[in-house]
Amino acid sequence: MKKIINNPDNVVEEMLNGMVVSQPQYLKRLEGFDVVVRADKKNSKVALVSGGGSGHEPSHGGFVGRGMLDAAVAGAVFTSPTPDQIYEAIKAVDTGKGVLLIIKNYSGDVMNFEMAAEMAAADGIEVEKVITNDDVAVENSTWTTGRRGIAGTVLVHKIAGAKAESGAALADVKKAAEKVIANERSMGMAIEPCTVPAAGKPSFTLADNEMEIGIGIHGEPGTHRESLKTADEIAQQLVDKILAENIYGTGDEVAVLVNGLGATPLMELYIVSAKVQAILKEKGLKMVKTYIGNYMTSLEMAGCSVTLLKLDNELKELLFAPADTPALVQF
Amino acid sequence: MTTAKEALRVVGQAVIDKKSYLTDLDQAIGDGDHGINMARGFESVFKKIAVLDDNIDLTTLLKTVGMGLISSVGGAAGPLYGTAFLRASGVCAGKTEIDAVTAKAMLDAAIKGIQDRGKAKKGEKTMLDALIPASEAMDIAIKAGKTEVECLADAVQAAQKGVEYTKTIIATKGRASYLAERSIGHQDPGATSSTVMLEALYNYLE
Repeated sequence: MKKIINNPDNVVEEMLNGMVVSQPQYLKRLEGFDVVVRADKKNSKVALVSGGGSGHEPSHGGFVGRGMLDAAVAGAVFTSPTPDQIYEAIKAVDTGKGVLLIIKNYSGDVMNFEMAAEMAAADGIEVEKVITNDDVAVENSTWTTGRRGIAGTVLVHKIAGAKAESGAALADVKKAAEKVIANERSMGMAIEPCTVPAAGKPSFTLADNEMEIGIGIHGEPGTHRESLKTADEIAQQLVDKILAENIYGTGDEVAVLVNGLGATPLMELYIVSAKVQAILKEKGLKMVKTYIGNYMTSLEMAGCSVTLLKLDNELKELLFAPADTPALVQF
Repeated sequence: MTTAKEALRVVGQAVIDKKSYLTDLDQAIGDGDHGINMARGFESVFKKIAVLDDNIDLTTLLKTVGMGLISSVGGAAGPLYGTAFLRASGVCAGKTEIDAVTAKAMLDAAIKGIQDRGKAKKGEKTMLDALIPASEAMDIAIKAGKTEVECLADAVQAAQKGVEYTKTIIATKGRASYLAERSIGHQDPGATSSTVMLEALYNYLE
């Protein structure tokens, strides 16, 4: 294992410290907890809390700020944070207008956030939750845990965050978040695995000519493995799987997120994006905004995911609303 | 003399000792952190119980373990094992000696807690595939009039068989479910850690 770290057991603590001392204009540490909150707590708005295992940076702490999240809770690498930490985050950011939890669909995340929500509700805090599940690699059937939440979660942060910033009530912020979840799908792949610092070795191995399709964001293997293809073929495969969901129709406006998993050069993401845009054009879908870069990573995994979000007027307006966070600034 | 605190220490240490093994199992079909998380959990629990009296009652002890795991493990294992220990602690309230019937009732309460929290059932490649057979074996052993330690021995054996059984089935809960049929051939890390705990308890009491 080769990493720029001091001690595998301290990576989360040292990272959180690095975040708040480097960007004090955006972030504050909730003293004694693995939680970062907005430096400028805005009063009288619905607060958004998200989080999950660490290793997905800039998710989620990088999206704490105006127009997005109010707090992010960081668990150990790839491990959901514990209920007590989430509970403290909820208490810290509630302004009396309620708190929306944005949870990625993993058994552990859902359980820990639900336990925290129960604790906060017992204190009289109004708490609602949405569960993101944009990953089409995992079939949505009754006998599985359901689709996973991956990069599309960032678009939920963006749009629900803008809705909350506008002064909307908790029920309406939740509705906007749910609308994003219903209208977005993602699909990812990897060409190199990642290594959890405390584990010291990669979670799986890929031969030089292999790629893993349907990869998650926790170093877990994907749905299947095949021989490495060109960027165009990879983009086609990812987008085809997303379009097969049949939620996008000719003439629809869409937002695109071409997300790097940590070790993928922007050059490659742009090459993938070029093909994605060509396919959308061919299908009669109108791209109105594209985000490209590392938004939801998996440590140093090399690979990418593509997310498509179908927009209506409300979602479009909220997507274009300003945001000012360490990892996403938009005017 | 056997004390609850010493028994718990042995059980926790067994999990810590299997840290790499459990992590390897999880790397095959999950996200590769089960051993790391469970070891961190029991190390945190050890700090919490160090300040308790050596002859602390089992209920207080198990409650401390449950809360300790919930606040230190994370992932799915934290809420699941945490809830299991909390539920078990409720069953033994006021008891100073644990007979086989009480032990089985504690195990059943733990199983019920895991089912409530994880919404899983037997046959989904989870810790329940070790724990439910263990409870069933214990039930048979009790009815056959076996001693406490013999009942536990049967439970351990059934749990071990349960772990073997998890190799043959598809995961439908948790992160391993994303692999679908590719999860076949691998044993479930959660069922394994549950069995490690039962084995350690048996070895200590035997």
